[in-house]
Amino acid sequence: MDRSLLEGDPHSILEAMAICGYCIGADKGLIYIRAEYPLAIHRLQVAIQQAEEYGLLGKDILGTGFNFEIELRYGAGAFVCGEETALIHSMEGKRGEPTFKPPFPAQSGYLGKPTNVNNVETYANIPVIINKGADWFASIGTEKSKGTKVFALAGKINNVGLIEVPMGITLREIIYEIGGGIKGGKKFKAVQTGGPSGGCLTEKHLDTPIDYDSLVAAGSMMGSGGMIVMDEDDCMVAIAKFYLGFTVDESCGKCTPCRVGNRRLLEILTKITDGKGTMEDLEELKNLSAVIKDTALCGLGQTSPNPVLSTINNFWDEYVEHVTEKKCRAGQCKALKKYMIDPAKCKGCTACARACPVSAISGTLKNPHVINQLDCIKCGTCVEKCKFGAITVR
Amino acid sequence: MVGPKVKISESNFLKIKEICESFDNNPGELINVLHKTQEHFGFLPEEVQQVVADCLGIPVGRVYGVVSFYSFFTMKPKGKYAISVCLGTACYVKGAEKILDALKSELKISEGGVTDDGKFSLDVLRCVGACGLAPVMTINGKTYGRLVPEHVKEILAEYAE
Ligand code: SF4
Ligand code: FES
Repeated sequence: MDRSLLEGDPHSILEAMAICGYCIGADKGLIYIRAEYPLAIHRLQVAIQQAEEYGLLGKDILGTGFNFEIELRYGAGAFVCGEETALIHSMEGKRGEPTFKPPFPAQSGYLGKPTNVNNVETYANIPVIINKGADWFASIGTEKSKGTKVFALAGKINNVGLIEVPMGITLREIIYEIGGGIKGGKKFKAVQTGGPSGGCLTEKHLDTPIDYDSLVAAGSMMGSGGMIVMDEDDCMVAIAKFYLGFTVDESCGKCTPCRVGNRRLLEILTKITDGKGTMEDLEELKNLSAVIKDTALCGLGQTSPNPVLSTINNFWDEYVEHVTEKKCRAGQCKALKKYMIDPAKCKGCTACARACPVSAISGTLKNPHVINQLDCIKCGTCVEKCKFGAITVR
Repeated sequence: MVGPKVKISESNFLKIKEICESFDNNPGELINVLHKTQEHFGFLPEEVQQVVADCLGIPVGRVYGVVSFYSFFTMKPKGKYAISVCLGTACYVKGAEKILDALKSELKISEGGVTDDGKFSLDVLRCVGACGLAPVMTINGKTYGRLVPEHVKEILAEYAE
């Protein structure tokens, strides 16, 4: 989303940064941008040059005696660099590891100087607010969260893309009116907001007005503004595992709770999706999550257990099902899938047996076949080959 | 200026020196220097890191620390066509793993691998910012969206020589 702002309207960001510099008495601004966004980088470079030509950046801007210049710094693929202290270290050409706050960047930031860190979306609001006035801005949104918010709507929904909505809108409006409902007429299951630090909202949150506080109260967060819609085919345990996989990859490794704790969480989740989980594992998930949240150094670690906790809170049944019945109702956890041949429908054509890559299907011509569950690698080839629809997945 | 302590051709040495000088040999610009260097060489082997360290006047350990920290930097050469599959959430939910599996079996390499002929390399990354097109993969920066596993063969065929 920030990428599209930088690509679509880079001048709004430059203008806002200059205004910010004017307010706090800074004469240098730095934009930290992911190297993976070459188009955004190019457009920013062009915009900076244009602004300099027009005298909107540089020395003595518009005859006010105020000087302001903007430089770009490139990221290199490290999620933790979204954390402000890590971001500053990365801009200084170091490893992007967070450090303890205080001192806050406002006290000692870039090269040890007082630094104000804001994200792109915040800046994009500034020129509009200055032009139209604070009262106008405050008239949009809810009591505590003013203005609008851009969400990146994605997942199992008919209309995907970026949407800008007033704070206080409900999930129902976003999903069914703007998003055009769930793809393929499937049943809505959850919306994940806030990325790997966030959590999911479910049916019971559909009519809650969305703002910063209500999302936190529901166990999620606004975060980057990602909104991933999931339907009945998505397994919530697998989703939690997916996010933990991400955190484990991206943990900078500086502190133990995050480096080791998240890896343990991932191992337990993997055990559960492999059908080897126990009820004690579920308890351990909760305990460990609480410890990591309390003790990790930076925002990444402190929020990394959120996807686990939020899926446990909202989809406890599903976790229990994976453990006690060894069943994944969404049919996503491969190890828990069971392929079976319905003897009433099987004509004994041998097509499946010939196609099975591990020869797990036995049976003779014109007689019902059987899948040997121990050998089956759950590849699904047999289902495709069967012309009679005799093979079911459970 | 220190001479090249390691085996590296004169012209490559001068190239690195030139890049570092364009950033005033300022160690604070290390990441920008490495970006430019990787752009030129395609990857950042030990020798190159040593020269960068010498030019900027910092220990090579600091250069290596940065190279190994950021996933964008690589010490292994990539294939001629570098394939990256997005495994961000939007893509994951839309079946990115199946695309990855299809690529793996088609190219007979795993993540982080390069085909024997050096033509293709396969990596995963997190969100290329095109979630609306999920699932997404990129080949040398070109984006392919709304993929299904069946597309993989056709797309690879575009790169046949
Ligand atoms: S919480 Fe994780 S990412 Fe943050 S400092 Fe600790 S190890 Fe690094
Ligand atoms: S998750 Fe793949 S492009 Fe965003």
